[in-house]
Amino acid sequence: MSRVSSPTFRDSLSVSFTVGAYGVAFGAAAVANGFSVLQSCLLSLLTFSGASQFAVIGVIGAGGSAISAIATASLLGIRNGLYGVLMTPILRVRGIKRLVAAHVTIDESTGVSLSQESRGVEAMRQGFWLTGFGVFIFWNLFTLAGALGAKAMGDPSAWGLDAAVPAAFLGLLWPRLKSSTDKLLAIIAAIFAVATTPFLPAGLPIIGTAVIAIIAGLRNVK
Amino acid sequence: MDAFWIGVIGTSVIAYGLKFSGHSVPEKFLSHPLIKRINLLIPIALLSALVAVQSVTTKNSIVTDHRLVGLGAAIVALLLKASFPVVVLSAALTSALFYNFF
Repeated sequence: MSRVSSPTFRDSLSVSFTVGAYGVAFGAAAVANGFSVLQSCLLSLLTFSGASQFAVIGVIGAGGSAISAIATASLLGIRNGLYGVLMTPILRVRGIKRLVAAHVTIDESTGVSLSQESRGVEAMRQGFWLTGFGVFIFWNLFTLAGALGAKAMGDPSAWGLDAAVPAAFLGLLWPRLKSSTDKLLAIIAAIFAVATTPFLPAGLPIIGTAVIAIIAGLRNVK
Repeated sequence: MDAFWIGVIGTSVIAYGLKFSGHSVPEKFLSHPLIKRINLLIPIALLSALVAVQSVTTKNSIVTDHRLVGLGAAIVALLLKASFPVVVLSAALTSALFYNFF
C-alpha cells in the first residue's frame, strides 16, 4: 500500500472513532435486554453491523423468538451485500483478503471509500480498509465498555437504558426519512407493530412490517 | 441452546453470508432496481416498528411509561439536529429522571 494521504486518513479515523463510540450504546442496550457480556461482544465481533445487532437484541429482549430476531436482523443486513457489489471493482482483492474485506463491508467503510472518489482509486481503497478496521476496533472496544458498564449499573430502568434502545433505533431511522413515502411507511409500520403486539407472538409485529415495506416498494413501480 | 445464543450465532452467520454475497454474486442480481428500492424501504419499516415496540409495549401488552418520555426527548434532540450520542443520552437521562422521581 502506498503512503496514505492525510485527508483520507483523517476522514477514516474521525468516522471510525465517532461511530465506534456508539458501541457503548449497543453494549449497554444488549446487557439491558438480557444478553451476557460475552454474547454482546460476540455480536459486535461476528455480526459487526450496528442496525442488525440492535435488531437482534431488540426482538429477543421483547420476548421474540430467535427466528424472528434473526430474520429481522438479516433483512437489515441486506444492504451490506449491496455495498459489496459497489466495493468489489474498487478493491480488486482475492482469497483471504476478500474474506476479510467482506467482514468490514459496512455503511461507514463503504461511505468513506466512495467519498474519496476525487482523490483516486488508491485513496478509495485506503479509505475502505482504514475505516473498516478502525470502526471494527473502536466498535468492539466500546461494546465491551458499554456491556461491563451496564452490568455494573444493575436496574436498566433506573439509568434510562430501556429508553436508550428505542432512541438508538430512532437515531438510525431518522436520517432515512427523506420522501413523504418514507415518512408514511414509518408511521404505518409503527402503528401496525404496536396494534398487533397484543395478538401476535412477540417478534412477528416487527418482522411483519417488512411485508408492508415490500408492498410499498412494489406499488412505487412507475 | 437458548434464544439468546441462537440469535447471536444465527445472526452472525447470515450477516457474514450477506456481506460475502455482495463480493461474489453477479452484480445484476443485487443491483436490480426493484431490489434496491425495497432495500431502502425495509429498514425504515423495521426500525420504525422497533422504535414503537420498544417504547410502548411490554411482553404482549401496550404500556405507556417512562420510556415514552425518553423517546419524546430523543425526538426533540433529533429535531434540534443533535448527534446520535446526544440523542441516546437525552432519552436515557430524561427517562431515568422520570422513572426515579415520578
